[in-house]
Amino acid sequence: MSRLAGLFAELAQKNRKALIPFVTAGDPNPDFTVPLMHAMVGAGADIIELGVPFSDPMADGPVIQRASERALAHHQSLRTTLAIATEFRKTNGHTPVVIMGYLNPVEIMGYEKFADAVQAAGVDGVLTVDLPPEEAAECAELLKARDVDPIFLLAPNSTPERVKIMDAIGSGYIYYVSLKGVTGAGHLNSAEVETKLTEIRANTKLPLAVGFGVKDAETAKIIGNLGDGVVVGSALIKEIEANLQNPAQAKQAIIGLLTSMRHAMDN
Amino acid sequence: MTEKYNMPDARGHFGIYGGIFVAETLMPAITELNSAYQHYMNDAEFVAELDKDMQHYVGRPSPLYHAERWTKELGGAQIYLKREDLNHTGSHKINNTVGQALLAKRMGKTRIIAETGAGQHGVATATVAARLGLECVIYMGAVDVARQSLNVYRMKLLGATVVAVESGSKTLKDALNEALRDWVTNIDDTFYIIGTVAGPHPYPAMVRDFQAILGREAKAQCLAQAGKLPNALVACVGGGSNAMGLFYPFIDDADVKMIGVEAAGDGIETGRHSAPLCAGRPGVLHGNRTYLMSDDDGEIIETHSISAGLDYPGVGPEHAWLKDSGRAQYVNITDDEALGGFYALTRMEGIIPALESSHAMAYVMKLAPTMKSDEIIIVNLSGRGDKDMQTMARREGIEL
Repeated sequence: MSRLAGLFAELAQKNRKALIPFVTAGDPNPDFTVPLMHAMVGAGADIIELGVPFSDPMADGPVIQRASERALAHHQSLRTTLAIATEFRKTNGHTPVVIMGYLNPVEIMGYEKFADAVQAAGVDGVLTVDLPPEEAAECAELLKARDVDPIFLLAPNSTPERVKIMDAIGSGYIYYVSLKGVTGAGHLNSAEVETKLTEIRANTKLPLAVGFGVKDAETAKIIGNLGDGVVVGSALIKEIEANLQNPAQAKQAIIGLLTSMRHAMDN
Repeated sequence: MTEKYNMPDARGHFGIYGGIFVAETLMPAITELNSAYQHYMNDAEFVAELDKDMQHYVGRPSPLYHAERWTKELGGAQIYLKREDLNHTGSHKINNTVGQALLAKRMGKTRIIAETGAGQHGVATATVAARLGLECVIYMGAVDVARQSLNVYRMKLLGATVVAVESGSKTLKDALNEALRDWVTNIDDTFYIIGTVAGPHPYPAMVRDFQAILGREAKAQCLAQAGKLPNALVACVGGGSNAMGLFYPFIDDADVKMIGVEAAGDGIETGRHSAPLCAGRPGVLHGNRTYLMSDDDGEIIETHSISAGLDYPGVGPEHAWLKDSGRAQYVNITDDEALGGFYALTRMEGIIPALESSHAMAYVMKLAPTMKSDEIIIVNLSGRGDKDMQTMARREGIEL
């Protein structure tokens, strides 16, 4: 078990929900990410999801695609993303870090070497977007043996059978994508999310982090009332994109947004 | 090989290759497609309708043509061309789109999407969508839109919306990414017609099964015309659908050599090529595990070929399996060599091949002279060269 189980247990006791920002590692440049991670923790983030840039991010919308492209322009990779996590861990021993990316970089590194590297970097969870549970047994086992949680996605159209499959193979939390389609798309239908989360809870005790569609304090509060954690990604990256000439300003805007979300979720 | 070939397994694996590697959001759509495909491939009414369309709409069977003059010129094996260039819309791509579009109709889908590189698959998709009255959106890399403007115009004439994809390398792989994004967003009413034997299961097996008609015909035609099976099959391989269609009915005929020809672009040694089987490594992209062009960090490398249809960093997983098992052999042909094949067939037989197929022709020029005159090569002439007139003219300094 990683830091994730302890964190969610602690939050549940305090009746608080996890705030989970997602940023792409190395966007807009490699030096930006570690200080941003620390600042996000300061603004109330409970878990940090670090996106591993990939040349072909099939499940991502335009905002995260462009983040990937900006990071790749600086040769950001799986290896350098793990280096960012390692650097972060030097001065933060308690905030869980989850890396989120696509399978090919992992395949090329090799599953065992990957699991070792992730553990050494102090990473708590791994979410591989295009690795469904049917193909994940080997990788999940290697990660679990190193106290790293394999995290899986559930979607509005996932059947109860699939929830049971995720429950059996996954740990840490389940990432429920609240809207159909790619990241950063569409509008939030909270009644629909609530119905689905209830259905999912019938088949798993894992915490449910809800993402895709959270953009401000209001939507964070709504989702916080439904799930165990609130993931916000595209909304943060949009701030980076809007301030490419001035990363310090981007950082400030991100901190502002997270602070308002934290406040809304806690009150 | 004593046991009959029966790949893939129920989850789409060809050995370690293939499988289903997609985001959870796509899983229900893939499951729905797989059950529909398993059902209708064994549904007599569906098969009858497909056969009828293949005959009267596509124009099948396509001829197996004995290229006697070229055979004599090369001085070796007898060369037979499988004339997929004579199909409606000018390539083998229509075999698959007719099949998938009928499936879409049966599944009650009203909207068709597809990716395209050279535009042949896009045209073949727009064609069947027009015929069945389905809405059609084609994703095409912005670079390909510029170099294949003729096919873009054809698709628009047929009523399709062509979306120029500006992300990544702006070629076929990026068009595929964008089509996948569209599919996941519009799952309820949309059917994604993948154009090659790649993607998540069931696509590699399904596209192969729809294309296998050309291999079955070639086998029967060869037996009828020459009284025996061929010694070698030659086909170009981008994603590998025309090659899989030709190879598949021959897999259990161990004496028939199968040779796939990849695009070596400027030459394998330059790194500017599209030859994952010859010079790539196994990885995962677009829903399946296969040979890929990727760097040490696992990022996909940009590819190069004179033919947009071969300009893809991956290849169908069944080819990866056939390579590793030794059943098929994969070679490569440079841009310049392909041009040699293009001119040779044009001048010797009066047939202008597509630049993709020209790679296979160029390899035949190397292979035939090493074989005996009582031996037979069947080479897949997968498409005609009309779409490449602008590219060829430009190379010769002529503006059309």
